[in-house]
Amino acid sequence: MSHLFGIPPQALFGQLLLGLINGSFYALLSLGLAVIFGMLNVVNMAHGALYMVGAFVAWLLLTYLGVGYWGALVLAPLAVGAVGLVLERTMLRRLYKVDHLYGLLLTFGLALIFEGAFRHQYGVSGQPYPIPELLKGGINLGFMYLPTYRGWVVAASLLVCLGTWFAIERTKLGAYLRAATENPTLVQAFGINVPVMVSLTYGFGVALAGLAGVLAAPIYQVSPLMGSNLIIVVFAVVVIGGMGSILGAIVTGLGLGLLEGLAKVFYPEASNIVVFVIMAVVLMVKPAGLFGRER
Amino acid sequence: MTMQTRDTLHEGIVMYGGSPKILLAGAGLLLAVLAPYALYPVFLMKVLCFALFACAFNLLIGFAGLLSFGHAAFFGGAAYIAAHVVKVWGWAPEFGLIAATAVAGLMGLVFGLIAIRRQGIYFAMITLALSQMVFFLALQLPFTHGEDGIQGVPRGTLFGLFDLGQPLTMYYTVLAIFVAGFALIWRTVHSPFGQVLKAIRENEPRAVSLGYRTDRYKLVAFVLSASLAGLAGGTKALVFQLASLTDVTWQMSGEVVLMTLLGGMGTLFGPVVGAGLVVTLESYLASTSLPVPVVIGCIFVVCVLLFRRGIVGELLHRLPGKGNR
Amino acid sequence: MPDGMNTKTAMLEIADLYGFYGESHVLHGVSLEVRQGEVVTLLGRNGAGKTSTMRAIMGIMGKRTGSIRFQGTELIGMAQHRIPRLGIGYVPEERGIFSSLSVDENLTLPPVVKEGGMTVPQIHELFPNLRGRGSTQGTRLSGGEQQMLAIARILRTGATLILLDEPTEGLAPVIIEQIGVAVRALKQRGFTIVLVEQNFRFAATIADRHYVMEEGHVVDMIPNDQLHANMDKLHTYLGV
Ligand SMILES: Nc1ncnc2c1ncn2[C@@H]1O[C@H](COP(=O)(O)OP(=O)(O)O)[C@@H](O)[C@H]1O
Ligand SMILES: [Mg+2]
Repeated sequence: MSHLFGIPPQALFGQLLLGLINGSFYALLSLGLAVIFGMLNVVNMAHGALYMVGAFVAWLLLTYLGVGYWGALVLAPLAVGAVGLVLERTMLRRLYKVDHLYGLLLTFGLALIFEGAFRHQYGVSGQPYPIPELLKGGINLGFMYLPTYRGWVVAASLLVCLGTWFAIERTKLGAYLRAATENPTLVQAFGINVPVMVSLTYGFGVALAGLAGVLAAPIYQVSPLMGSNLIIVVFAVVVIGGMGSILGAIVTGLGLGLLEGLAKVFYPEASNIVVFVIMAVVLMVKPAGLFGRER
Repeated sequence: MTMQTRDTLHEGIVMYGGSPKILLAGAGLLLAVLAPYALYPVFLMKVLCFALFACAFNLLIGFAGLLSFGHAAFFGGAAYIAAHVVKVWGWAPEFGLIAATAVAGLMGLVFGLIAIRRQGIYFAMITLALSQMVFFLALQLPFTHGEDGIQGVPRGTLFGLFDLGQPLTMYYTVLAIFVAGFALIWRTVHSPFGQVLKAIRENEPRAVSLGYRTDRYKLVAFVLSASLAGLAGGTKALVFQLASLTDVTWQMSGEVVLMTLLGGMGTLFGPVVGAGLVVTLESYLASTSLPVPVVIGCIFVVCVLLFRRGIVGELLHRLPGKGNR
Repeated sequence: MPDGMNTKTAMLEIADLYGFYGESHVLHGVSLEVRQGEVVTLLGRNGAGKTSTMRAIMGIMGKRTGSIRFQGTELIGMAQHRIPRLGIGYVPEERGIFSSLSVDENLTLPPVVKEGGMTVPQIHELFPNLRGRGSTQGTRLSGGEQQMLAIARILRTGATLILLDEPTEGLAPVIIEQIGVAVRALKQRGFTIVLVEQNFRFAATIADRHYVMEEGHVVDMIPNDQLHANMDKLHTYLGV
């Protein structure tokens, strides 16, 4: 088995691993988008920018305060979540009564501000972020060499995704969330403070983006535009999966990452656009998306 | 929170072809004819190109209620086409513009066929994703020359008669193109077709129940809007003798949204005003150390939060005695 | 468990209530009073403002002015989510069963706001249809069962005042019978109930008093024992 379809297995598995890692980020980001969209009906265009902010918080913590990776893994999502809470309370909240498109436009403006400000301050080139000591090196799996950090990213993302799925689908808090997504007025009439839930949901959703940013920092470097093009791919992922399904967001994210990896092996020129082509095809066949309900 | 009645994106006023509007348009035209004697023609041409782009975009959002977040694909894509056929194939500028418009229209047809089945937020996301695909194509296809773009595009001679190398000739050509595009939009909005679009915007299910095949109408509007955006992009490529990646980025799609929002969605003149302001602001900011995206982003946020009617929309709203809200 | 049935203190007093949905003005000076342990109905044609009155009590309509007092506490101006926490349970007209929640999740969704609510076994005794259906998707239940679930879920919370909006609407006579049994049982337990009904034959078997609404305000009050004497009048009001 020296060659699979004429491709050396090392290259194939290497690309599949890269695809899996990209897929992990797609999953984490589209999960956050789906949670936010479900509750707020806002397509959070600032999601990519907040992913970048998460990575930058990690880098700033390390550079100026000497706080390392593990600290950043906790602090950066909290910081991004806090930013999210402020944005929701001061701005997004004013738009729930008007057309949902305004939420998209507002968060687009916010994305410009975040990316522009960081670019102004730090330039466009990336800042390297070291892999933590504990996760350096790699494991030889026999058929391929697996860098430990990459394995960790996949495992950690999966764990967070599944944890989020569990929290939403299987806990009491998740039941409130699902109910409020369907009928916020009635949930409020049961004595639950829905506006606070909405704020927390947004905070949580963007904290997931912040977490993804920290996980990405050692792989992709920390740069102001790191989330800018990524987020559009994630939108396509969300359209393909269909909004409103948590598990759908996770599965679609990972699946498309893998497909992209395969495209890199067999037809590298198309790897950038394969997700968009799939989106177009899915829309023709199943307009609500693979896991979506028409709403 | 879904309880209260929503105010829609379309607070703006659909204008009726009353004489004050004609007068206003006439005065504007006169100003535009005289303007190159006071201001840089290149600056004015940039304003006109973006104004046409914004008007084309506004045809969708303002009159059909569709937010396309992918219009840069038509604008920037058409710029590449115009630049390529004029520079590499040596076509005359008028054929370059026709090709640019036609290709943008075709792209619009494809985008439209894919996106038109979904509404609102989904429509915005799908058009955004499709335009990002065009961005990647522009980055990778050989004829677009990647990061460099297509440079040194000759302006050529229009109809074999007018040398577009002359700034004023180029300017009046651009002005004529803009006026033609604007007039077409004006006619469209006031035609029976425009009325159906308006009905769809107000209440699509009702329009369906009245027997209109709303998807067809939306598709035609989308193709028309994409073609005009392409005409604007092709013209811009001739003016600046350049087609580059900047014009196909999703930030460019956002910029045209901002121009329209700032000027007033659903008003005929709003996008022109918005384009003028944004272009002016950007060329001013270029001479300062302020980061442009941050300023643009702040304007976006302020417009969305406090100023959803836009400048022209707000003016019309405050106009006394005008019963047509 | 709510105690002191038949004490004559007013539990809910609405005076001169005006209510709006955005620009449209739908309640025009509603006044009524519900005493502790009473079952009171709101009768009236479609669009008379019965549902809106309930929504106004719960604080889930646009603007409202006037006074709504629950056990002496003014509800107008109070944060929306605090109102149910005083002990008011709301069963909306559209039932509001959540499709993304199982029957059990629907049942246990509303938080317990006071001591003395019914336990799940007690609820199952009252509504045997719900027993053993816990993991079913909420909206997979039949219409009647959904109505039972909508009532059941607020019995857990310890609410002492229950607002029931058209619980029999669109249900088969057998099911209406069952709902009637349940509502009577609740009355026995001392719950105070405000019931919106189109079906006044059903209402007559349960209620102590009837308020008649027309065009956003109360036009008449008929004690149940005088219902027969007022039948003609009622027919005119309801247009039957
Ligand atoms: N969400 C709403 N927005 C605007 N008007 C409403 C809304 N809900 C009800 N209405 C109007 O309020 C009036 C009273 O309605 P409602 O309280 O539902 O009546 P009832 O329950 O007695 O049938 C009706 O005229 C109805 O059209
Ligand atoms: Mg009603």
